[in-house]
Amino acid sequence: MIGRRWYTPWLFLAPSLALLAVFMWWPVVNTAALSFTDTHTLRGGSFTGLENFRRIAGDSFFWNALGNTALFAIIVTPALVVLPLLVAILASAKLKGMTFFRVVFFSPVVASMVVAALIWGWMLRSDGLVNYVLDWLGVINEPLRWLSDPALVMVSVSIVTIWKGLGYYMVIYIAGLQNIPQDLYEAAALDGAGPIRRFWSITVPLMRPTMVLVGTLVVLNAVKVFTEAFVLTGGGPNRASETLVLYIYQRGFSGLELGYSSAMSLVLFVVVLGLTLLSQIVTRRRANP
Amino acid sequence: MTTLAPEAVPDASRPGGADILSAGRKARRRRLFGMLGRYALLVFVLVISVGPFLWQISTSLKGPAENIFAFPPELIPADPTLGNYVAVMQSLPLVNYLTNSGYVSLLVVAGNCLFGAMAGYALARMRFRGREPLFAAMIATLVIPFEVIMISVFLVARDLNLINTLTGAALPIAVTVLSIFIMRQAFVTLHPELEEAGRVDGTNEWQLFWHVALPSARGSLAVVAIFSFMTAWDDFLWPLIVLRDPEKFTLTVGLVFLDGQFSADQRLIAAGTIIAIIPVLILFIALQKQFFRGVGEGAVKG
Repeated sequence: MIGRRWYTPWLFLAPSLALLAVFMWWPVVNTAALSFTDTHTLRGGSFTGLENFRRIAGDSFFWNALGNTALFAIIVTPALVVLPLLVAILASAKLKGMTFFRVVFFSPVVASMVVAALIWGWMLRSDGLVNYVLDWLGVINEPLRWLSDPALVMVSVSIVTIWKGLGYYMVIYIAGLQNIPQDLYEAAALDGAGPIRRFWSITVPLMRPTMVLVGTLVVLNAVKVFTEAFVLTGGGPNRASETLVLYIYQRGFSGLELGYSSAMSLVLFVVVLGLTLLSQIVTRRRANP
Repeated sequence: MTTLAPEAVPDASRPGGADILSAGRKARRRRLFGMLGRYALLVFVLVISVGPFLWQISTSLKGPAENIFAFPPELIPADPTLGNYVAVMQSLPLVNYLTNSGYVSLLVVAGNCLFGAMAGYALARMRFRGREPLFAAMIATLVIPFEVIMISVFLVARDLNLINTLTGAALPIAVTVLSIFIMRQAFVTLHPELEEAGRVDGTNEWQLFWHVALPSARGSLAVVAIFSFMTAWDDFLWPLIVLRDPEKFTLTVGLVFLDGQFSADQRLIAAGTIIAIIPVLILFIALQKQFFRGVGEGAVKG
Protein backbone atom coordinates (compact mmCIF):
# COMPACT_ATOMS: atom_id res chain seq x y z
CA MET A 1 0.00 0.00 0.00
CA ILE A 2 0.99 3.57 -0.63
CA GLY A 3 2.28 5.86 2.05
CA ARG A 4 2.77 3.16 4.62
CA ARG A 5 5.96 1.90 6.16
CA TRP A 6 6.48 -1.50 7.71
CA TYR A 7 6.18 -0.09 11.18
CA THR A 8 2.87 1.72 10.68
CA PRO A 9 0.75 -1.16 12.06
CA TRP A 10 3.04 -1.41 15.06
CA LEU A 11 2.55 2.27 15.82
CA PHE A 12 -1.20 1.69 15.90
CA LEU A 13 -0.71 -1.34 18.12
CA ALA A 14 1.96 0.09 20.40
CA PRO A 15 -0.19 1.51 23.26
CA SER A 16 -2.32 -1.64 23.50
CA LEU A 17 0.67 -3.96 23.28
CA ALA A 18 2.52 -2.06 25.97
CA LEU A 19 -0.46 -2.22 28.36
CA LEU A 20 -1.22 -5.85 27.62
CA ALA A 21 2.41 -6.85 28.02
CA VAL A 22 2.82 -5.12 31.36
CA PHE A 23 -0.57 -5.93 32.89
CA MET A 24 -1.45 -9.21 31.24
CA TRP A 25 1.24 -11.26 29.52
CA TRP A 26 4.01 -10.63 32.02
CA PRO A 27 1.77 -11.28 35.05
CA VAL A 28 0.65 -14.55 33.46
CA VAL A 29 4.26 -15.71 33.13
CA ASN A 30 5.14 -14.38 36.54
CA THR A 31 2.19 -16.10 38.24
CA ALA A 32 3.36 -19.42 36.90
CA ALA A 33 6.94 -18.69 37.98
CA LEU A 34 5.99 -17.53 41.49
CA SER A 35 3.98 -20.71 42.02
CA PHE A 36 7.21 -22.63 42.41
CA THR A 37 8.74 -20.25 44.95
CA ASP A 38 8.12 -19.26 48.56
CA THR A 39 8.04 -15.54 47.71
CA HIS A 40 6.82 -13.30 50.52
CA THR A 41 5.91 -9.61 50.27
CA LEU A 42 8.54 -8.48 52.73
CA ARG A 43 11.37 -10.75 51.67
CA GLY A 44 12.28 -12.37 48.41
CA GLY A 45 11.81 -16.00 47.70
CA SER A 46 13.61 -18.97 46.39
CA PHE A 47 12.70 -21.88 44.20
CA THR A 48 10.91 -24.57 46.17
CA GLY A 49 9.73 -26.86 43.41
CA LEU A 50 6.36 -28.44 44.00
CA GLU A 51 6.32 -27.57 47.71
CA ASN A 52 3.40 -25.09 47.33
CA PHE A 53 1.27 -27.67 45.60
CA ARG A 54 2.07 -30.25 48.27
CA ARG A 55 0.98 -27.69 50.82
CA ILE A 56 -2.25 -26.96 48.93
CA ALA A 57 -3.10 -30.67 48.95
CA GLY A 58 -2.96 -30.67 52.75
CA ASP A 59 -4.47 -27.22 53.33
CA SER A 60 -7.93 -27.74 54.80
CA PHE A 61 -8.78 -24.04 54.34
CA PHE A 62 -8.07 -24.40 50.63
CA TRP A 63 -10.38 -27.40 50.34
CA ASN A 64 -13.01 -25.58 52.37
CA ALA A 65 -12.80 -22.62 49.96
CA LEU A 66 -12.93 -24.91 46.94
CA GLY A 67 -15.97 -26.67 48.42
CA ASN A 68 -17.75 -23.37 49.07
CA THR A 69 -17.02 -22.25 45.52
CA ALA A 70 -18.32 -25.54 44.13
CA LEU A 71 -21.46 -25.28 46.25
CA PHE A 72 -21.99 -21.74 44.98
CA ALA A 73 -21.57 -22.88 41.37
CA ILE A 74 -23.99 -25.76 41.94
CA ILE A 75 -26.68 -23.41 43.30
CA VAL A 76 -26.16 -20.58 40.85
CA THR A 77 -25.75 -22.47 37.58
CA PRO A 78 -29.12 -24.25 37.33
CA ALA A 79 -30.86 -21.16 38.68
CA LEU A 80 -29.29 -18.82 36.15
CA VAL A 81 -29.77 -21.21 33.24
CA VAL A 82 -33.47 -21.81 33.90
CA LEU A 83 -34.93 -18.68 35.54
CA PRO A 84 -33.74 -16.16 32.93
CA LEU A 85 -35.15 -18.41 30.19
CA LEU A 86 -38.57 -18.39 31.85
CA VAL A 87 -38.40 -14.64 32.34
CA ALA A 88 -37.27 -14.18 28.73
CA ILE A 89 -40.27 -16.17 27.52
CA LEU A 90 -42.56 -14.03 29.67
CA ALA A 91 -40.98 -10.83 28.41
CA SER A 92 -41.06 -11.71 24.73
CA ALA A 93 -44.84 -11.86 24.57
CA LYS A 94 -46.37 -9.66 21.93
CA LEU A 95 -48.17 -7.60 24.52
CA LYS A 96 -48.10 -3.99 25.59
CA GLY A 97 -45.36 -2.82 27.93
CA MET A 98 -42.75 -5.50 27.23
CA THR A 99 -39.97 -2.98 26.60
CA PHE A 100 -40.75 -1.46 29.98
CA PHE A 101 -40.58 -4.85 31.70
CA ARG A 102 -37.31 -5.75 29.98
CA VAL A 103 -35.70 -2.48 30.99
CA VAL A 104 -36.84 -2.93 34.58
CA PHE A 105 -35.69 -6.56 34.73
CA PHE A 106 -32.30 -5.48 33.44
CA SER A 107 -31.87 -2.73 36.03
CA PRO A 108 -30.16 -4.92 38.69
CA VAL A 109 -27.49 -5.69 36.08
CA VAL A 110 -26.40 -2.07 35.88
CA ALA A 111 -26.09 -1.72 39.65
CA SER A 112 -22.57 -2.69 40.67
CA MET A 113 -22.05 -5.95 42.54
CA VAL A 114 -20.97 -3.98 45.60
CA VAL A 115 -24.25 -2.07 45.63
CA ALA A 116 -26.23 -5.28 45.07
CA ALA A 117 -24.45 -6.98 47.95
CA LEU A 118 -24.96 -3.97 50.27
CA ILE A 119 -28.68 -3.85 49.41
CA TRP A 120 -29.12 -7.57 50.08
CA GLY A 121 -26.95 -7.48 53.16
CA TRP A 122 -29.42 -5.00 54.59
CA MET A 123 -32.42 -7.11 53.60
CA LEU A 124 -30.97 -10.46 54.72
CA ARG A 125 -30.27 -9.44 58.30
CA SER A 126 -32.15 -11.70 60.67
CA ASP A 127 -34.39 -8.71 61.49
CA GLY A 128 -34.50 -7.70 57.83
CA LEU A 129 -37.12 -7.45 55.15
CA VAL A 130 -36.64 -10.94 53.67
CA ASN A 131 -37.40 -12.69 56.93
CA TYR A 132 -40.36 -10.42 57.47
CA VAL A 133 -41.84 -11.20 54.05
CA LEU A 134 -41.25 -14.95 54.48
CA ASP A 135 -42.83 -14.82 57.91
CA TRP A 136 -45.79 -12.85 56.56
CA LEU A 137 -46.28 -15.42 53.83
CA GLY A 138 -46.18 -18.16 56.44
CA VAL A 139 -43.10 -19.82 54.96
CA ILE A 140 -41.04 -19.61 58.14
CA ASN A 141 -41.89 -19.55 61.83
CA GLU A 142 -38.74 -18.01 63.18
CA PRO A 143 -36.28 -15.71 61.46
CA LEU A 144 -33.58 -17.43 59.38
CA ARG A 145 -30.01 -16.42 60.14
CA TRP A 146 -29.13 -15.77 56.51
CA LEU A 147 -25.73 -14.25 57.19
CA SER A 148 -24.61 -16.13 60.28
CA ASP A 149 -25.85 -19.67 59.78
CA PRO A 150 -23.01 -21.65 58.12
CA ALA A 151 -25.53 -23.86 56.35
CA LEU A 152 -27.35 -20.91 54.79
CA VAL A 153 -24.67 -18.39 54.08
CA MET A 154 -23.68 -19.65 50.61
CA VAL A 155 -27.37 -19.57 49.68
CA SER A 156 -27.44 -15.91 50.67
CA VAL A 157 -24.39 -15.18 48.54
CA SER A 158 -26.05 -17.02 45.65
CA ILE A 159 -29.22 -14.94 46.00
CA VAL A 160 -27.26 -11.77 45.29
CA THR A 161 -25.64 -13.29 42.20
CA ILE A 162 -28.92 -14.67 40.87
CA TRP A 163 -30.78 -11.40 41.45
CA LYS A 164 -28.11 -9.38 39.70
CA GLY A 165 -27.55 -11.85 36.85
CA LEU A 166 -31.17 -12.58 35.93
CA GLY A 167 -31.64 -9.63 33.57
CA TYR A 168 -28.30 -10.13 31.85
CA TYR A 169 -28.96 -13.73 30.83
CA MET A 170 -32.58 -12.82 30.03
CA VAL A 171 -31.29 -10.52 27.28
CA ILE A 172 -29.16 -13.31 25.81
CA TYR A 173 -32.19 -15.64 25.83
CA ILE A 174 -34.49 -13.05 24.26
CA ALA A 175 -32.08 -12.79 21.33
CA GLY A 176 -32.15 -16.59 21.00
CA LEU A 177 -35.94 -16.82 21.26
CA GLN A 178 -36.35 -14.40 18.36
CA ASN A 179 -34.70 -16.97 16.09
CA ILE A 180 -37.37 -19.60 16.72
CA PRO A 181 -39.85 -19.55 13.81
CA GLN A 182 -43.32 -18.58 15.03
CA ASP A 183 -45.10 -21.07 12.76
CA LEU A 184 -43.61 -23.93 14.77
CA TYR A 185 -45.65 -22.80 17.76
CA GLU A 186 -48.72 -22.17 15.65
CA ALA A 187 -48.51 -25.61 14.08
CA ALA A 188 -48.05 -27.23 17.48
CA ALA A 189 -50.98 -25.29 18.90
CA LEU A 190 -53.17 -26.48 16.01
CA ASP A 191 -52.12 -30.04 16.82
CA GLY A 192 -53.46 -29.44 20.30
CA ALA A 193 -50.14 -29.08 22.13
CA GLY A 194 -50.59 -27.03 25.30
CA PRO A 195 -48.16 -24.34 26.45
CA ILE A 196 -46.12 -26.70 28.63
CA ARG A 197 -45.87 -29.26 25.86
CA ARG A 198 -44.81 -26.52 23.42
CA PHE A 199 -42.18 -25.35 25.89
CA TRP A 200 -40.65 -28.82 26.24
CA SER A 201 -40.85 -29.88 22.61
CA ILE A 202 -40.02 -26.63 20.82
CA THR A 203 -38.46 -24.03 23.08
CA VAL A 204 -36.11 -26.26 25.06
CA PRO A 205 -34.61 -28.23 22.14
CA LEU A 206 -34.17 -25.14 19.98
CA MET A 207 -32.75 -23.08 22.84
CA ARG A 208 -30.29 -25.75 23.92
CA PRO A 209 -27.23 -24.08 22.33
CA THR A 210 -28.11 -20.80 24.06
CA MET A 211 -28.59 -22.66 27.33
CA VAL A 212 -25.15 -24.22 26.97
CA LEU A 213 -23.68 -20.77 26.29
CA VAL A 214 -25.42 -19.26 29.32
CA GLY A 215 -24.41 -22.22 31.48
CA THR A 216 -20.80 -21.75 30.44
CA LEU A 217 -20.82 -18.03 31.22
CA VAL A 218 -22.46 -18.63 34.60
CA VAL A 219 -20.07 -21.40 35.66
CA LEU A 220 -16.97 -19.47 34.59
CA ASN A 221 -18.14 -16.44 36.55
CA ALA A 222 -19.13 -18.60 39.51
CA VAL A 223 -15.67 -20.06 40.08
CA LYS A 224 -14.29 -16.49 40.28
CA VAL A 225 -16.86 -15.32 42.84
CA PHE A 226 -15.41 -12.76 45.21
CA THR A 227 -17.27 -9.47 45.63
CA GLU A 228 -20.62 -10.89 46.76
CA ALA A 229 -19.03 -12.98 49.49
CA PHE A 230 -16.54 -10.31 50.53
CA VAL A 231 -19.16 -7.60 50.93
CA LEU A 232 -21.97 -9.74 52.34
CA THR A 233 -20.11 -11.79 54.92
CA GLY A 234 -16.38 -11.26 54.50
CA GLY A 235 -16.12 -15.03 54.15
CA GLY A 236 -17.69 -15.77 57.49
CA PRO A 237 -19.04 -17.08 59.71
CA ASN A 238 -15.97 -19.12 60.46
CA ARG A 239 -14.96 -19.38 56.77
CA ALA A 240 -18.35 -20.84 55.82
CA SER A 241 -18.57 -18.48 52.83
CA GLU A 242 -14.88 -18.15 52.06
CA THR A 243 -14.57 -18.70 48.31
CA LEU A 244 -11.44 -19.66 46.42
CA VAL A 245 -10.64 -16.14 45.21
CA LEU A 246 -11.38 -14.78 48.68
CA TYR A 247 -8.91 -17.22 50.19
CA ILE A 248 -6.28 -16.40 47.55
CA TYR A 249 -6.84 -12.71 48.28
CA GLN A 250 -6.46 -13.26 52.03
CA ARG A 251 -3.33 -15.34 51.71
CA GLY A 252 -1.78 -12.96 49.19
CA PHE A 253 -2.65 -9.58 50.61
CA SER A 254 -3.18 -10.20 54.31
CA GLY A 255 -0.91 -13.21 54.70
CA LEU A 256 1.64 -11.71 52.26
CA GLU A 257 2.39 -15.19 50.93
CA LEU A 258 2.75 -14.32 47.26
CA GLY A 259 4.27 -17.63 46.18
CA TYR A 260 1.65 -19.75 47.87
CA SER A 261 -1.28 -17.65 46.66
CA SER A 262 0.15 -17.70 43.11
CA ALA A 263 0.19 -21.48 43.27
CA MET A 264 -3.48 -21.44 44.31
CA SER A 265 -4.18 -19.01 41.45
CA LEU A 266 -2.67 -21.55 39.11
CA VAL A 267 -5.03 -24.18 40.48
CA LEU A 268 -7.91 -21.75 39.91
CA PHE A 269 -6.71 -21.30 36.34
CA VAL A 270 -6.65 -25.04 35.78
CA VAL A 271 -10.25 -25.20 37.03
CA VAL A 272 -11.28 -22.37 34.68
CA LEU A 273 -9.45 -23.96 31.76
CA GLY A 274 -10.99 -27.36 32.47
CA LEU A 275 -14.49 -25.88 32.56
CA THR A 276 -13.83 -23.93 29.35
CA LEU A 277 -12.71 -27.08 27.55
CA LEU A 278 -15.68 -28.99 28.94
CA SER A 279 -18.06 -26.37 27.59
CA GLN A 280 -16.35 -26.55 24.19
CA ILE A 281 -16.87 -30.30 24.12
CA VAL A 282 -20.53 -29.97 25.11
CA THR A 283 -21.06 -27.27 22.47
CA ARG A 284 -19.43 -29.39 19.75
CA ARG A 285 -21.41 -32.47 20.65
CA ARG A 286 -24.65 -30.49 20.56
CA ALA A 287 -23.70 -29.08 17.18
CA ASN A 288 -23.14 -32.47 15.51
CA PRO A 289 -24.86 -35.25 17.40
CA MET B 1 -45.15 -16.11 21.15
CA THR B 2 -47.42 -18.13 23.36
CA THR B 3 -45.13 -20.55 25.08
CA LEU B 4 -45.65 -21.16 28.71
CA ALA B 5 -48.64 -18.85 28.82
CA PRO B 6 -49.79 -19.37 32.35
CA GLU B 7 -53.20 -20.84 31.65
CA ALA B 8 -54.78 -19.65 34.81
CA VAL B 9 -58.16 -20.77 33.55
CA PRO B 10 -59.03 -24.36 34.17
CA ASP B 11 -60.43 -25.61 30.94
CA ALA B 12 -64.08 -25.13 31.71
CA SER B 13 -65.35 -27.39 28.98
CA ARG B 14 -68.98 -27.83 29.65
CA PRO B 15 -70.63 -31.16 29.12
CA GLY B 16 -72.43 -31.46 25.84
CA GLY B 17 -71.57 -30.02 22.46
CA ALA B 18 -70.75 -26.33 22.73
CA ASP B 19 -71.94 -24.35 19.77
CA ILE B 20 -69.48 -22.37 17.66
CA LEU B 21 -70.41 -19.08 19.26
CA SER B 22 -69.63 -20.13 22.81
CA ALA B 23 -66.48 -21.95 21.68
CA GLY B 24 -65.26 -18.68 20.23
CA ARG B 25 -66.16 -16.84 23.39
CA LYS B 26 -64.46 -19.48 25.46
CA ALA B 27 -61.28 -19.17 23.42
CA ARG B 28 -61.38 -15.42 23.77
CA ARG B 29 -61.92 -15.62 27.51
CA ARG B 30 -59.15 -18.19 27.77
CA ARG B 31 -56.81 -15.84 25.95
CA LEU B 32 -57.80 -12.97 28.22
CA PHE B 33 -57.07 -15.00 31.34
CA GLY B 34 -53.82 -16.21 29.82
CA MET B 35 -52.83 -12.63 29.23
CA LEU B 36 -53.79 -11.56 32.74
CA GLY B 37 -51.86 -14.48 34.19
CA ARG B 38 -48.85 -13.46 32.16
CA TYR B 39 -49.04 -9.90 33.40
CA ALA B 40 -49.40 -11.19 36.95
CA LEU B 41 -46.17 -13.17 36.57
CA LEU B 42 -44.42 -10.19 34.97
CA VAL B 43 -45.44 -8.00 37.89
CA PHE B 44 -44.13 -10.67 40.29
CA VAL B 45 -40.71 -10.62 38.59
CA LEU B 46 -40.88 -6.83 38.58
CA VAL B 47 -41.39 -6.76 42.34
CA ILE B 48 -38.36 -9.01 42.83
CA SER B 49 -36.24 -6.88 40.47
CA VAL B 50 -37.03 -3.43 41.83
CA GLY B 51 -38.27 -4.27 45.33
CA PRO B 52 -34.75 -4.27 46.82
CA PHE B 53 -34.03 -0.87 45.23
CA LEU B 54 -37.29 0.56 46.56
CA TRP B 55 -36.60 -0.75 50.05
CA GLN B 56 -33.16 0.84 49.89
CA ILE B 57 -34.69 4.15 48.79
CA SER B 58 -37.25 3.87 51.58
CA THR B 59 -34.51 3.29 54.15
CA SER B 60 -32.52 6.22 52.79
CA LEU B 61 -35.49 8.55 53.23
CA LYS B 62 -36.15 7.70 56.87
CA GLY B 63 -35.29 10.34 59.41
CA PRO B 64 -33.15 9.75 62.49
CA ALA B 65 -36.26 9.57 64.65
CA GLU B 66 -37.67 6.69 62.68
CA ASN B 67 -36.85 3.15 63.74
CA ILE B 68 -35.41 1.44 60.66
CA PHE B 69 -35.44 -1.92 62.44
CA ALA B 70 -39.17 -1.73 63.16
CA PHE B 71 -40.95 -5.04 63.00
CA PRO B 72 -43.11 -5.15 60.94
CA PRO B 73 -40.97 -2.91 58.76
CA GLU B 74 -42.35 0.40 57.63
CA LEU B 75 -42.31 0.17 53.88
CA ILE B 76 -43.06 3.84 53.38
CA PRO B 77 -41.23 6.33 55.55
CA ALA B 78 -43.60 8.08 57.94
CA ASP B 79 -41.71 11.32 57.69
CA PRO B 80 -39.58 11.23 54.54
CA THR B 81 -36.49 13.42 54.50
CA LEU B 82 -33.60 14.05 52.15
CA GLY B 83 -31.42 14.70 55.17
CA ASN B 84 -29.45 11.48 54.73
CA TYR B 85 -28.46 12.49 51.22
CA VAL B 86 -27.30 15.87 52.42
CA ALA B 87 -25.47 14.23 55.32
CA VAL B 88 -23.78 11.61 53.18
CA MET B 89 -22.57 14.22 50.72
CA GLN B 90 -21.34 16.55 53.45
CA SER B 91 -20.01 14.53 56.34
CA LEU B 92 -18.82 11.47 54.47
CA PRO B 93 -16.16 11.49 51.79
CA LEU B 94 -18.69 10.41 49.21
CA VAL B 95 -18.03 13.34 46.88
CA ASN B 96 -14.40 12.36 46.99
CA TYR B 97 -15.23 8.76 46.10
CA LEU B 98 -17.46 9.93 43.24
CA THR B 99 -14.69 12.12 41.85
CA ASN B 100 -12.19 9.27 42.11
CA SER B 101 -14.51 6.81 40.37
CA GLY B 102 -15.25 9.39 37.70
CA TYR B 103 -11.56 9.97 37.06
CA VAL B 104 -10.72 6.27 36.86
CA SER B 105 -13.71 5.61 34.59
CA LEU B 106 -12.72 8.48 32.30
CA LEU B 107 -9.20 7.10 31.88
CA VAL B 108 -10.52 3.60 31.24
CA VAL B 109 -13.14 4.69 28.70
CA ALA B 110 -10.65 6.90 26.85
CA GLY B 111 -8.03 4.15 26.82
CA ASN B 112 -10.35 1.43 25.59
CA CYS B 113 -11.94 3.59 22.90
CA LEU B 114 -8.75 5.10 21.52
CA PHE B 115 -6.18 2.33 21.98
CA GLY B 116 -8.76 -0.40 21.37
CA ALA B 117 -9.82 1.23 18.11
CA MET B 118 -6.22 1.79 16.99
CA ALA B 119 -5.24 -1.82 17.67
CA GLY B 120 -8.48 -3.14 16.20
CA TYR B 121 -7.91 -1.05 13.07
CA ALA B 122 -4.38 -2.36 12.57
CA LEU B 123 -5.52 -5.95 13.08
CA ALA B 124 -8.46 -5.59 10.72
CA ARG B 125 -7.20 -3.35 7.90
CA MET B 126 -3.43 -3.76 7.68
CA ARG B 127 -1.44 -6.69 6.50
CA PHE B 128 1.81 -7.27 8.30
CA ARG B 129 4.07 -10.05 9.42
CA GLY B 130 3.03 -11.58 12.74
CA ARG B 131 -0.54 -10.35 12.63
CA GLU B 132 -2.18 -13.75 13.04
CA PRO B 133 0.00 -15.00 15.93
CA LEU B 134 -0.44 -11.66 17.67
CA PHE B 135 -4.20 -11.81 17.39
CA ALA B 136 -4.15 -15.42 18.61
CA ALA B 137 -2.04 -14.39 21.62
CA MET B 138 -4.62 -11.75 22.46
CA ILE B 139 -7.60 -14.07 22.09
CA ALA B 140 -5.86 -16.74 24.16
CA THR B 141 -5.67 -14.40 27.15
CA LEU B 142 -9.47 -14.11 27.17
CA VAL B 143 -9.46 -17.43 29.03
CA ILE B 144 -7.35 -16.02 31.82
CA PRO B 145 -9.41 -14.21 34.43
CA PHE B 146 -7.94 -11.24 36.25
CA GLU B 147 -8.41 -13.10 39.55
CA VAL B 148 -5.75 -15.61 38.47
CA ILE B 149 -3.06 -13.01 37.84
CA MET B 150 -3.98 -10.40 40.47
CA ILE B 151 -0.98 -11.19 42.68
CA SER B 152 1.46 -10.56 39.84
CA VAL B 153 -0.41 -7.49 38.61
CA PHE B 154 -0.05 -6.15 42.14
CA LEU B 155 3.71 -6.77 41.97
CA VAL B 156 3.92 -4.93 38.65
CA ALA B 157 1.98 -2.00 40.11
CA ARG B 158 4.32 -1.96 43.09
CA ASP B 159 7.41 -1.88 40.88
CA LEU B 160 5.93 0.95 38.82
CA ASN B 161 5.04 2.95 41.96
CA LEU B 162 1.37 2.77 41.11
CA ILE B 163 0.19 1.56 44.52
CA ASN B 164 -2.33 3.94 46.07
CA THR B 165 -2.76 5.94 42.85
CA LEU B 166 -5.89 6.31 40.75
CA THR B 167 -3.83 5.82 37.61
CA GLY B 168 -2.81 2.48 39.06
CA ALA B 169 -6.48 1.62 39.54
CA ALA B 170 -7.15 2.42 35.88
CA LEU B 171 -4.15 1.09 33.95
CA PRO B 172 -4.71 -2.70 34.11
CA ILE B 173 -8.12 -2.24 32.46
CA ALA B 174 -7.15 0.76 30.31
CA VAL B 175 -7.34 -1.47 27.25
CA THR B 176 -8.92 -4.90 27.24
CA VAL B 177 -8.71 -7.63 24.65
CA LEU B 178 -12.49 -7.58 24.44
CA SER B 179 -12.45 -3.91 23.35
CA ILE B 180 -9.79 -4.62 20.73
CA PHE B 181 -11.81 -7.59 19.54
CA ILE B 182 -15.07 -5.64 19.23
CA MET B 183 -13.33 -2.82 17.33
CA ARG B 184 -11.57 -5.27 15.04
CA GLN B 185 -14.90 -6.87 14.16
CA ALA B 186 -16.30 -3.42 13.40
CA PHE B 187 -13.44 -2.52 11.05
CA VAL B 188 -13.38 -5.88 9.28
CA THR B 189 -16.84 -5.21 7.89
CA LEU B 190 -15.92 -1.70 6.78
CA HIS B 191 -16.50 -1.05 3.06
CA PRO B 192 -13.19 -1.05 1.18
CA GLU B 193 -14.55 1.63 -1.17
CA LEU B 194 -14.72 4.05 1.71
CA GLU B 195 -11.06 3.52 2.35
CA GLU B 196 -10.14 3.70 -1.33
CA ALA B 197 -12.03 6.96 -1.67
CA GLY B 198 -10.08 8.39 1.24
CA ARG B 199 -6.79 7.09 -0.06
CA VAL B 200 -7.11 8.86 -3.39
CA ASP B 201 -6.21 12.30 -2.10
CA GLY B 202 -3.03 10.98 -0.55
CA THR B 203 -4.21 11.00 3.04
CA ASN B 204 -1.98 9.10 5.39
CA GLU B 205 -2.93 6.07 7.40
CA TRP B 206 -3.71 8.00 10.57
CA GLN B 207 -6.04 10.43 8.78
CA LEU B 208 -7.73 7.50 7.13
CA PHE B 209 -8.26 5.88 10.50
CA TRP B 210 -9.40 9.04 12.21
CA HIS B 211 -11.60 10.61 9.54
CA VAL B 212 -12.90 7.61 7.61
CA ALA B 213 -12.79 4.40 9.65
CA LEU B 214 -13.54 5.66 13.15
CA PRO B 215 -16.72 7.64 12.32
CA SER B 216 -18.16 4.62 10.53
CA ALA B 217 -17.61 2.41 13.60
CA ARG B 218 -19.49 4.72 15.95
CA GLY B 219 -21.92 2.00 17.07
CA SER B 220 -19.20 -0.37 18.22
CA LEU B 221 -17.33 2.50 19.79
CA ALA B 222 -20.43 3.23 21.89
CA VAL B 223 -20.56 -0.39 23.01
CA VAL B 224 -16.89 -0.30 24.00
CA ALA B 225 -17.40 2.99 25.82
CA ILE B 226 -20.39 1.73 27.79
CA PHE B 227 -18.79 -1.55 28.71
CA SER B 228 -15.50 -0.08 29.78
CA PHE B 229 -17.36 2.54 31.81
CA MET B 230 -19.37 -0.15 33.58
CA THR B 231 -16.25 -2.24 34.17
CA ALA B 232 -14.39 0.69 35.67
CA TRP B 233 -17.30 2.10 37.67
CA ASP B 234 -18.15 -1.31 39.15
CA ASP B 235 -14.62 -2.61 39.56
CA PHE B 236 -13.98 -3.69 43.13
CA LEU B 237 -11.29 -6.33 43.55
CA TRP B 238 -8.45 -4.41 41.86
CA PRO B 239 -9.15 -1.00 43.46
CA LEU B 240 -9.43 -2.84 46.78
CA ILE B 241 -5.94 -4.24 46.23
CA VAL B 242 -4.23 -1.17 44.83
CA LEU B 243 -5.79 1.70 46.82
CA ARG B 244 -4.73 2.16 50.44
CA ASP B 245 -5.79 5.58 51.72
CA PRO B 246 -9.51 6.16 52.29
CA GLU B 247 -9.22 9.44 50.41
CA LYS B 248 -8.06 7.56 47.31
CA PHE B 249 -10.94 5.07 47.41
CA THR B 250 -13.28 4.68 44.48
CA LEU B 251 -17.01 4.50 45.10
CA THR B 252 -17.25 0.70 45.42
CA VAL B 253 -14.34 0.38 47.82
CA GLY B 254 -15.46 3.46 49.72
CA LEU B 255 -19.01 2.20 50.23
CA VAL B 256 -17.78 -1.12 51.58
CA PHE B 257 -15.33 0.74 53.82
CA LEU B 258 -18.12 2.95 55.19
CA ASP B 259 -20.40 -0.04 55.64
CA GLY B 260 -17.72 -1.73 57.71
CA GLN B 261 -17.40 1.16 60.17
CA PHE B 262 -18.84 0.44 63.59
CA SER B 263 -20.74 3.69 63.56
CA ALA B 264 -22.28 2.87 60.18
CA ASP B 265 -25.78 4.26 59.88
CA GLN B 266 -27.84 2.18 57.46
CA ARG B 267 -29.76 5.28 56.37
CA LEU B 268 -26.53 6.89 55.19
CA ILE B 269 -25.25 3.71 53.54
CA ALA B 270 -28.59 3.38 51.77
CA ALA B 271 -28.37 6.97 50.55
CA GLY B 272 -24.80 6.28 49.40
CA THR B 273 -25.78 3.22 47.38
CA ILE B 274 -28.62 5.13 45.71
CA ILE B 275 -26.22 7.94 44.77
CA ALA B 276 -23.83 5.31 43.39
CA ILE B 277 -26.51 3.79 41.16
CA ILE B 278 -27.85 7.03 39.67
CA PRO B 279 -25.13 7.78 37.08
CA VAL B 280 -25.19 4.23 35.70
CA LEU B 281 -28.97 4.12 35.72
CA ILE B 282 -29.22 7.37 33.74
CA LEU B 283 -26.69 6.05 31.25
CA PHE B 284 -28.63 2.81 30.92
CA ILE B 285 -32.01 4.45 30.40
CA ALA B 286 -30.55 6.81 27.81
CA LEU B 287 -28.66 4.10 25.90
CA GLN B 288 -30.74 0.93 26.34
CA LYS B 289 -30.21 -0.25 22.80
CA GLN B 290 -26.42 -0.15 23.05
CA PHE B 291 -26.57 -1.90 26.43
CA PHE B 292 -28.60 -4.78 25.05
CA ARG B 293 -26.36 -4.96 21.98
CA GLY B 294 -23.33 -4.98 24.23
CA VAL B 295 -24.65 -7.98 26.15
CA GLY B 296 -24.81 -9.85 22.84
CA GLU B 297 -21.26 -8.93 21.87
CA GLY B 298 -19.93 -9.57 25.35
CA ALA B 299 -21.46 -13.03 25.28
CA VAL B 300 -19.50 -13.88 22.14
CA LYS B 301 -16.43 -13.80 24.30
CA GLY B 302 -17.61 -16.86 26.24
